[in-house]
Amino acid sequence: MDARRESEPTPMKNATTTERTSDRELVVTRTFNGPARIVFEAWTRPELFKRWWVPKSTGMSLLSCEMDVRVGGTYRLVFRHDAFPEPMAFFGRYLEVTPHSRLVWTNDEGGEDGAVTTVTFEQRGAETLVVIHDLYPSKEALDGAIASGSTGGFSEQFEQLDELLVILGASVGS
Amino acid sequence: MVQYSRARLDASFAALSDATRRGVLEQLGRGDASITDLAEKFHLTLTGMKKHVGVLEQAGLVRTEKIGRVRTCKLGPRRLHEETAWIERYRQLWESRFDELDKVVEELKQKEMVDGRKKRK
Repeated sequence: MDARRESEPTPMKNATTTERTSDRELVVTRTFNGPARIVFEAWTRPELFKRWWVPKSTGMSLLSCEMDVRVGGTYRLVFRHDAFPEPMAFFGRYLEVTPHSRLVWTNDEGGEDGAVTTVTFEQRGAETLVVIHDLYPSKEALDGAIASGSTGGFSEQFEQLDELLVILGASVGS
Repeated sequence: MVQYSRARLDASFAALSDATRRGVLEQLGRGDASITDLAEKFHLTLTGMKKHVGVLEQAGLVRTEKIGRVRTCKLGPRRLHEETAWIERYRQLWESRFDELDKVVEELKQKEMVDGRKKRK
């Protein structure tokens, strides 16, 4: 990581913020150094989208990426991680597609507890502010997502449940 | 108050329903072990043990780490999932995505400039 930084100086990075704004909502913000037209394109053209959605640092690879970006159209992303025998699929439907300004999609792999994701693209001069807003159906659904450790299909999602180890410790210790 | 999702609990209890897997956890409680070690100890094939470890890993009960050609298994960190820690991991996930997205945006900008120049000629 540091070696790369030395060999190819990267322009100053814009900050990414994340906040739980209510019982049911998560908001992520980031500014990009380009017009909304271009940033929107990178979110809606599969061949561009797949270049950034699954960074190599996560240890995941994207097996397939199908996106029919129009109102009512569906998407399906299939990932693989070395540590897991089965690939994982993430899928849903586009509810709103407003070129260069707004995308809304469902996250259906989680069943009824899945969030609805709204992404807005707001151009400010030569930059674009992107706001990702996840709205969960209930407080319990978001609490559940957090408790499961899942941040969207990455290896960190499979971490430990302290309580279960305590229960386990009691049972195997006997 | 931390609540656990039902799917997560189901996976964990399913993982614990098997005597070999409970044995593996007990073993890992005493110290880290490679999949080969575990296979020998439980008289299983490497493939058989990999499956068991995979189930435990998916349930979040075990972590594995590959060093060279050896995959070492260990119990996960013994800590509660704090919301703040999760939100920070979530932020890091998006940050690493956006670092890549920056490159795509930069490339598209360059391409537009070049195409624009061509059109003007």
